[in-house]
Amino acid sequence: MARWPGGIAAGLVLALTLGTLGAVAWRAGFALRLGPADLSAIWFTTWQAALSAALSVAFAVPVARALARRRFAGRGALVTLLGAPFILPVIVAVIGLIGVFGRGGLLNDALGLAGLGPVSVYGWHGVVLAHVFFNLPLAVRLILQGWIAIPAERFRLAASLGAPVGRLLEWPMLRAVAPGAFAVIFLICLTSFAVALTLGGGPRATTVELAIYQSLRFDFDLGRASVLAMVQFGLCAAAALMVQAAGAPETLGAGLDRVVERFETGGRWRDAGAVGLAALFLMAPLAMIVARGVPGLLDLPGGLWAAALRSVSVALGATALTLVLTLALVLRDGTLARLSALLPLAASSLVMGTGLFIVLYPLASPRDLALPVTALANAAMALPFAARVLGPAVAQAEAAHGRLATSLGLRGWARLRWLILPRIRRPMGFAAGLTAALSMGDLGVIALFAGDGEATLPLLMVRLMSAYRMEQAAGVALVLLALSLALFWIFDRGGRADAAA
Amino acid sequence: MLRLEGLEIRQGDFALDADWALADGSVCAVMGPSGGGKSTLLAAIAGFLAPRAGRVSWDGRDLTALPPAARPISILFQDNNLFPHLTVERNLALGIDPKGRLDAARRREIEAVLDRVGLHAMGARRPAALSGGQQSRAALARVLLMDRPLVLLDEPFAALGPGLRMEMLDLAREVLAGEGRTLMMVSHAPEDAARIASDIVLVDAGRAAAPAPAGPLLETPPPALRAYLGR
Repeated sequence: MARWPGGIAAGLVLALTLGTLGAVAWRAGFALRLGPADLSAIWFTTWQAALSAALSVAFAVPVARALARRRFAGRGALVTLLGAPFILPVIVAVIGLIGVFGRGGLLNDALGLAGLGPVSVYGWHGVVLAHVFFNLPLAVRLILQGWIAIPAERFRLAASLGAPVGRLLEWPMLRAVAPGAFAVIFLICLTSFAVALTLGGGPRATTVELAIYQSLRFDFDLGRASVLAMVQFGLCAAAALMVQAAGAPETLGAGLDRVVERFETGGRWRDAGAVGLAALFLMAPLAMIVARGVPGLLDLPGGLWAAALRSVSVALGATALTLVLTLALVLRDGTLARLSALLPLAASSLVMGTGLFIVLYPLASPRDLALPVTALANAAMALPFAARVLGPAVAQAEAAHGRLATSLGLRGWARLRWLILPRIRRPMGFAAGLTAALSMGDLGVIALFAGDGEATLPLLMVRLMSAYRMEQAAGVALVLLALSLALFWIFDRGGRADAAA
Repeated sequence: MLRLEGLEIRQGDFALDADWALADGSVCAVMGPSGGGKSTLLAAIAGFLAPRAGRVSWDGRDLTALPPAARPISILFQDNNLFPHLTVERNLALGIDPKGRLDAARRREIEAVLDRVGLHAMGARRPAALSGGQQSRAALARVLLMDRPLVLLDEPFAALGPGLRMEMLDLAREVLAGEGRTLMMVSHAPEDAARIASDIVLVDAGRAAAPAPAGPLLETPPPALRAYLGR
C-alpha cells in the first residue's frame, strides 16, 4: 500500500493533538502557570482514577468468576449488557445514576423508609461511583477473558489431583490480568470530563479536564489551560506506560460465551450474589433512564429536534472522518502511525477545540465553527478505539490473502477495494457504530463554544439540568440514548449484512 | 528458460542454495523432506522472498528485483487461492486485470475458461458454494487467464483426497503444460511425480539440486531421495 495517505493522517492527528496545544500555548504568550486550585485538580484526578480503577477491578473479580463457571438463563444477555456502557452517552448514564443514587432517587427512598438520612450523589464519591458504573463492565470482560483463557485441561488436571484451583490456576491468572485491567481503567478515568462536570466540581472534585473547561469558559485563561493540558498529556503518558508494562489486555476480544468446566462444589450462592448485585448495579440506572425519561417525553423542550439533527450530523461527519483516518493509519503501520493512533487518548478535547478556534479565528467566527470543530475533535478522540478494532482486522486480511493479492498485482486502491474493505466489513461497521455513539454522547468542545442556536443533545441536557429542569432533561436523555443506540445498531448491522464468507 | 544463478536464500539458521536452469516446457516436481525448503524455493522464484545473493532470470531477463506480479510467473499456494468474499467471476477478473474491471469481452473470456476447467456457468458463485475440487478448478482457471509462461504450484491440491488430487494434476498438466508453459510443482507423493513430471528437483541439506529426468531418477534414486522415499 502507498504510505502517503497514512502520512497525511498522522500529520493531521499530530496537528490536532500537539499542534492545537501548541497554538493555545502560543496564544497565551507562553505565560504558563498553575494555581493552587490546579494542583488540587491534578491530585484529585490521579487519586479518583486510581480509586475508580481499584474498585472496578476488585468488584469485577467475583462477577467474572461467577460468569466464568456458571451457566444460567440470561448469561448471554448479561455478557452483552457488559458491552453497553461503552456506547452509552456519559451524560445519559449520569441521569440514570441520579435516578438511583440522587436526591429523591431509589436509594434515598429506601434509606428514608429505614429512617436513615439522605446521601448525596454529588461530590468525589459521585464521580467515583459513575466511573465504577462505566468501567466495572470493562473490568469484568477483561478478567472474564483471563478466566476463559485458562485451558480446560488444567482444570481437569487440578480436579484429578484434588489440587486447590484458586491458588494453582486462578491467582496466577489474576496476577497476570488484573494489573492490565487496572491500568486501562486508570487511563480512561484520567481524562474524565462530563462526569466531573455534572457530579463533581468544587475544590474537592475537579478533574484536570474540568479545570481546563473552567479556565477556558470563565476566565479565558489560555496559559492555564495549556499547562493543564500538558499535565494531562504527562499523566496519560505515564498511565500508557503502565498499561504497556502491565501487558495491555485485549479489550475488544470476542468469544466470552464459553463456560469454564468446573468440578468443585459450593460457592453457588456467592456467585449468584455477585452476579445479582452487579446486574442490579448496572441495570437499575438504565431502568431509571427509561422510567424518568418516558414522562419527560410528554414535555420535550423546544429546539430538541434541531439539536438532534445537529448531533446526528456531527456524529456522521466524525464517523466518516474517523474511518478514513484510521484506515490510512492502520494501512501505513510503523511507529509514527501507531503513535498517532494512541495520542488522542491523552489529549484534551477542550484544548483541541480551543486550539482549532485560535487557528481558524482569522477565517471564521467561533459560532459558525462550533459544529465542524466538534466533529473534528470527536473524530480524533474516537480514533484510538477505531484503530484498536481495525488494526487487527487489516492485519488478518493481509496475513490470509495478502500473498494472493500481491501475486495478482493488487495495489493501492484496487487492493483496498478487492481485498481489505470486503474483509474488514464487520469490524468496520462496529468501529463506525462505536464512533457514532461516542460522538453522539460527547460533551466537550461544544460546551465551550456553542451559542444558543448550536446546542447538541448532550449540551441541551446539561443546560436543562443546570436549570433544574430534570424531567425535561430525562426526556432528552431518552431521545439521545435511542438515537445513539440506533446509529450504533445501523452501522453494526450494515457491517454484518451480506457478510457471506 | 528459468535460470537460477548462484541463488542463496537465508532465513535465520535456514539456508538454501541453487544454481541451475530449467528447460522450457518442463513439468518439474520439487521433492524432498519436510522443512527442506521446497516452498521457500518457490517463494524466492515467485518474488515473495529476496535472496541474499544470486539471480533469478527468465529468458535472460533478470527478475530478482521485480515484485511478484511483474514476473512472468503465476503461483498457486497451499490455500487461500481465491478471495472468499468475491464471486468466481470477480476472482478470475482480477487475474486479467488487477483493477478488476469487467466488460462484455472479459466476461466471455472468463466463461470460456470456466467451461474449459469444467465449471460451466458457475461464475456467479462464491468459493464457499463450491466443493474443494471445484475451488481448485477455479484457481487453475485464473492461472490460465493470467497466461504466464511459468506456473508454480505449491501443493494447491494437498487438501484434496488422492483421487481428486490426481484428477487436478492431470487437469493442470493438460490445460497448463499443454500450451508450452513451464510447470514447477512441490510434491510429497512420488506417484504424482511419476504420473506427470518430466523432471525432478531434489531439495535437501541446504541445496536444491539441478533438475534431473524423472524416470531414471525414480527408478534408481540417489541416497538422499531413497531415504526420503523410504525405499
